[in-house]
Amino acid sequence: MKAMYSTRLFLLTLGLVVAGNNVLLAEPKSGYEYIKDETRALQDDDFDNPGMLTVDRGLELFNSLLPGASKRCANCHQQDGEGLDSKSIARYPVVERSTQTITTLQDRIIACTERTGVKALAPDDKNLVALQTYVRHLARGERVAVDTEGLDALLARGEKLYTTRYGLIDMACQHCHVFYPGTMIRGQHISEGMTNGFPAYRLDIGEITTVQQRVQQCLNLMRAEPFASGSEELRLFELYMTVRSNGLAIETPAVRY
Amino acid sequence: MHLARTCSLVVALFFSGLAVAGSGEAQVPVEDYCEWQVTDYEIKEPLCSLKGDSKRGRDIVSDSGRGNCIACHTLPLKHISVYGTIGPSLVDIGKRLNEGQLRLRVADTRQINPMSIMPGFYRHPSLINRPDRRYIGRTFLTAQQVEDVVAYLKALK
Ligand code: HEC
Ligand code: HEC
Repeated sequence: MKAMYSTRLFLLTLGLVVAGNNVLLAEPKSGYEYIKDETRALQDDDFDNPGMLTVDRGLELFNSLLPGASKRCANCHQQDGEGLDSKSIARYPVVERSTQTITTLQDRIIACTERTGVKALAPDDKNLVALQTYVRHLARGERVAVDTEGLDALLARGEKLYTTRYGLIDMACQHCHVFYPGTMIRGQHISEGMTNGFPAYRLDIGEITTVQQRVQQCLNLMRAEPFASGSEELRLFELYMTVRSNGLAIETPAVRY
Repeated sequence: MHLARTCSLVVALFFSGLAVAGSGEAQVPVEDYCEWQVTDYEIKEPLCSLKGDSKRGRDIVSDSGRGNCIACHTLPLKHISVYGTIGPSLVDIGKRLNEGQLRLRVADTRQINPMSIMPGFYRHPSLINRPDRRYIGRTFLTAQQVEDVVAYLKALK
């Protein structure tokens, strides 16, 4: 066992050094493959999946006026978002190449709600997270498809964040999610830290959780000072991690530990 | 929903967190850091010249707010049935490593393997990147706790 892990560690390290960007895994695995059978059953049944409550709430908000709004999302995107294209939802985060600006799905929704007359929603606003969950859910089954053309500089910054050690525990994301997926940290299987299930329902805290909130939670786990909600760092994390998830089917709302 | 609750309870019990802060712990005042030296891949002198207690060490290795070694290692503890599988088993580690070697592994294993996932339990606090405010200036374990853990491991033969 030990020999196997150290060989793997060695090869991965080599990969990081030689390829620079080690983001494109040949065969990324969804967190779904690492969770317990009961958790899978819970995710697979829309009646039992606790994340579906947030999807329903998001749908309701989509069709109604948000506080302060003069228009509904549905005014531009049709009732229930019929006018939205699931393929294009699966391409988020998108990047404006000339300015290297990252727009996450959440950023897009904030911009849209501002257009309906609402003042900018905070990244952790419950209504915003519900809308985001509903919209991503519309693309369930689509493959994550971030266009990586011209992203080298941003991905290199994301990778830097992903391979830096944080906090008193002094570990980097890669330590758990690149070197040790499949092993047990106590009773918990470590996964590759993919984003295809997010926003996901977390059993541990009993709440729907965005990718960026999950990163903050892992940083808390490491007794580190997490990056602030809405920060450029969390946007870079999300971009980098979603590129790693390219090709995986969207599962929103996934159920995860 | 009922299932969801049961599941989460079970999971929460299993993985009470690598890092769930021992709530009382952060209140304890910050201690002065004792420098240590590596010779022949060992830290030969006890940290701050303290003497370890293996019984206290046994409690620390399974305490999720302190050492939490069982998150990654198997140990011969009767009251614990679930161990992590990230690191090698330590059930008879006292046969393989002497006291000074054990101390270096626990204090700062990266002196041996710079890529190691294993936390350094007694590295200089200034080396820690972005510590949570409650932990600024602190080591993961105190010098006394490191000595207690070393005393415990040494006896595993
Ligand atoms: C000490 C180990 C450890 C470290 C270090 C760590 N994580 Fe995690 N992470 C976990 C565990 C355990 C889980 C829950 C099981 C799983 O899905 O892997 C998790 C889950 C995740 C998930 C959810 C995956 C899913 O499918 O639900 C993401 C995303 C994630 N981590 C990102 C990160 C990022 C980003 C960092 C660094 C800032 C990081 N992690 C550092 C242990 C770690
Ligand atoms: C996050 C995972 C993790 C935690 C927590 C952890 N270790 Fe380790 N430990 C490892 C790994 C992995 C190795 C294998 C060598 C390496 O990668 O550096 C190791 C190696 C060791 C070794 C050397 C074993 C040998 O066969 O040579 C000792 C001794 C040890 N650990 C003790 C401890 C003690 C004591 C604690 C808690 C106070 C602890 N470890 C906590 C992951 C961990």
